[in-house]
Order: sequence, then C-alpha cells, then structure tokens
Amino acid sequence: MTFKQMFTSSVGKKLVMAFTGIFLILFLVVHAGLNACIWAMDGGLMFNKAGHFMGSFVVPRVLEIGLFVGIFLHIIQGYMLTLENRSKRKIGYEVNYSKGSKWYSRSMAILGTLVLMFLIMHIYHFWTPSRLGGIENIKTLNTFILNGVEYHNLYGEMQLVFTNPYIVILYVLACGSLAYHLAHGFQSAFKTIGVHNKRYHVMISTIGYGFAIIIPLAFAMMPLSFYFHWVN
Amino acid sequence: MSHTTMNLKVKVWRQKNATTPGAFVTYDVAGISDEMSFLEMLDVLNERLITEGGEPIAFDHDCREGICGMCSLYINGKPHGPWQANTTCQLHMRAFKDGETIVIEPWRANSFPIVKDLTVDRSAFDRIIQAGGYISVNTGNAVDGNSLPIEKAKADDAFAAAMCIGCGACVAACKNSSAMLFLSAKVSHLALLPQGAPERKTRVLSMVAQMDKEGFGACTNTGACEATCPKEISISNIARLNKEYLGASLTAE
Repeated sequence: MTFKQMFTSSVGKKLVMAFTGIFLILFLVVHAGLNACIWAMDGGLMFNKAGHFMGSFVVPRVLEIGLFVGIFLHIIQGYMLTLENRSKRKIGYEVNYSKGSKWYSRSMAILGTLVLMFLIMHIYHFWTPSRLGGIENIKTLNTFILNGVEYHNLYGEMQLVFTNPYIVILYVLACGSLAYHLAHGFQSAFKTIGVHNKRYHVMISTIGYGFAIIIPLAFAMMPLSFYFHWVN
Repeated sequence: MSHTTMNLKVKVWRQKNATTPGAFVTYDVAGISDEMSFLEMLDVLNERLITEGGEPIAFDHDCREGICGMCSLYINGKPHGPWQANTTCQLHMRAFKDGETIVIEPWRANSFPIVKDLTVDRSAFDRIIQAGGYISVNTGNAVDGNSLPIEKAKADDAFAAAMCIGCGACVAACKNSSAMLFLSAKVSHLALLPQGAPERKTRVLSMVAQMDKEGFGACTNTGACEATCPKEISISNIARLNKEYLGASLTAE
C-alpha cells in the first residue's frame, strides 16, 4: 500500500481532514494566546512585542508556511469530500432525517465556508498590511521604533479596523460560525484518528465543547474590546 | 383489551424496475387495527391491490422477528420508522394516529439501486463481507471452545458489534450514504477477538477498499447512523475502524 492509496481512500481523506483540523486547532490556541496580550492594558506594547517575535523568529515563520499548507489542504479536501459525498445519493428523500444528528454536524461545509470568507477578510485586514506593507492609510501608523527596533503597530491597526461597527459585527458572527464548526470538528477529528476508548472519548467530547466555546468567545471579545474601548 | 381501528393515507414510492423512473402514489387504507404490524398493514393494502387487479407494492421482508436484516423502508423520514432500536417488521400501527399520512420511501443511495418499488439491491454489503469479513480456518478437529480465553469485556464488545444485521439503515440515514457503521461493526467484531487477529490488517484494508469501490460515501461522524440503527451499534466502532485502518495502512508493505 502506498501513502497515496492510504490518504485517498474514504477513510484516508478523512484522516487528512482530521490531521489538518487538529493542526489548525493548535494554531487557534497560539493565536488566541498571543492576541490575549491586548488585554495587558499597556497601550499594546506587549501585544506588538509578541507580534514582532512571531514575525522575526524563524520557527513561527516556518510554521506559518505549514499553516497555509494546512489551511489549503483542509479547505480543498473539505470541499472535495462534500461534493463527493453529496453525489452518493442521486435521488434524495421526500422527508429528511434530521433528528439523529446535530444541525452543525451536517453543516460543516457551510460553517467552514463562512469561516473561510471571514479568513479572507481577516488576512486582508491584518496579515497583508503586516507582511506586505499593506494599505496606504494604515501605513502611517504601521510601525513604531522602540530601543532602535522597528515594530509593526498591529495594535494600532486593530484599533483602526475595529472602529467600524459593521466589521465588528462580521467578526463576532464569524466567531459564532467557528464555534459551531469546532463543536463538531474537534471531537470528530479525534474519532477519525481512531480514539474509540470510552474514557478518552468522554474527555475529548467535554474538552471539545469547552474549546468550541472558550476560544471563539476569546476571539469575539477582541473586536468588542476595541469598539467599546475596554482596552486603552 | 380493546383495540382501535384507523384510516390512513399511505404515500408510497412506486417504481416498476431499476431503469424506469418512479413516483409517489397515495393510497387510502381503511380499517387498520392498532395491533397490526406495519408490514401487515402493507399486506392488507397489497391484498386489496391484487383484488383490484393492480400491482402489489414490492418490499423486502423475511423473518418478521427483527433479526434477519431483510426489512428496510424509510418511514416518515426515518429508517425503520419512528421507534428507537427497532426494525420495520417490529414496528406496530399503534405508533401512528388515525387519519395520518405515512410516507414510505426506499433506502436512498447510489450503492443500493432500486430493484422495484421499495426493494433495493443490498448486495454491495455482501461483497464488502466477501472482501474480508471472515476468518480463515484450517480444517481438522473442532477446537475446544475454552482453549482460547477471551476477556469478558472484549467478548461483550465483539458481541455488541456482531449484533449488526446488515439491513443498511445506517447508509439510508447518513447524509453521505456512508456504510461506515456497517463496516466498522464487521471489522470490530473480528478485531476484538483472538480468532480475528491473523488477518486483522489485510481485512480492514480490503474491506475499506471494497466499500469505496461500491460507491459509498465517507463518514463525517454526524451520528445519524447510530441514532437509527435497529441494533444500536455504537458509533465508537467507527473510531475503532479508523484506528485499525491507520495502523494497518501505516505498516502495510
């Protein structure tokens, strides 16, 4: 059996979804952790230093490439699997069976698409200006110098972006989509990689629901904190 | 004990054969006792259709005891009807109300092509079993039953998986038409027992390959299969199958 055969069977394709999904879950922990520095109440100094570390240190930069590969694989495989699975029942039912499963478990592709749409907006708001120089009107407050080191003022960028209430609403709604995507995805990923022991399964389900609430809630608090001036 | 009779409307999928397109036909069925089984209600309807010179509704059934796996029917939006842990043949008319319209559809999946009306061809399951759902035993004297000690908990889990009657309700319920609950029950049953150990790796790889060849979808762990399974096969068997597959595919030549 080749690795190609291993990852292209129906179970193998799910393994790709699960492994990339778990990698993205780990990324969310790092992202939420770093962003939590905005609540240090120091005018964004700690947050900008953390951002500078991520941008200038080699390990996060290498992981960043892995992150883009992971996201890309997760999206492509997700869409391919969804289309393939849908094609397996050419004539549908008159009455659909909806009681046996949760709506968000059946709607992973839609929830994932909402998260993807958010991601495009989010990259445009923060990643592109930080990495590629970005939009002209933000550029003026994009950098500041401390002890001879030039820092990207990502904190200032957040302040600017989150003055727009529509963007704040879109960010909060996206966090809702992410929450439901994680509510199914977290435990499903572990089932797919083979965790069947009842003891671990209960533990993973509990952690999964907790994760799906806490992480998106933390993310949703960020635009709200800036919009309502809870941070200085 | 008193029993009530009811008048119902039955909306059934009628299809002449595999190639002719089908459509729903609604029949009025009068004087049905609440003590009848669901299939007896269909028998009553079929008797009438035959008397009137019509074509009876084709549906699969055999033991009518809930153990053979032949009956199917997707009733009012759930495989095997509204009751939990129950086959269609064990469903009784007391589950329905007088005047109700009952929608009866066949299992819908490309891998289960319709033969006629509500009868579908489930031989894809047979071919999955033939791909590895067995143990090879050399002929000779019968081995003593107690010569292979098996841990009670494992024997129980294996037995729970072996309860699968291969009816295909899991495929019918799954939004992906995935056969993973069926396959995982067959793989788990043998993977948990020492007799299944020698062919453990080739079994899971061959059976997954055959399942894909038959055109079933991939599992997304929604849990619809477990919720509708008449034998309450646990979805944790799917996770066990995934582990078996991952281990076998990593170490296979």
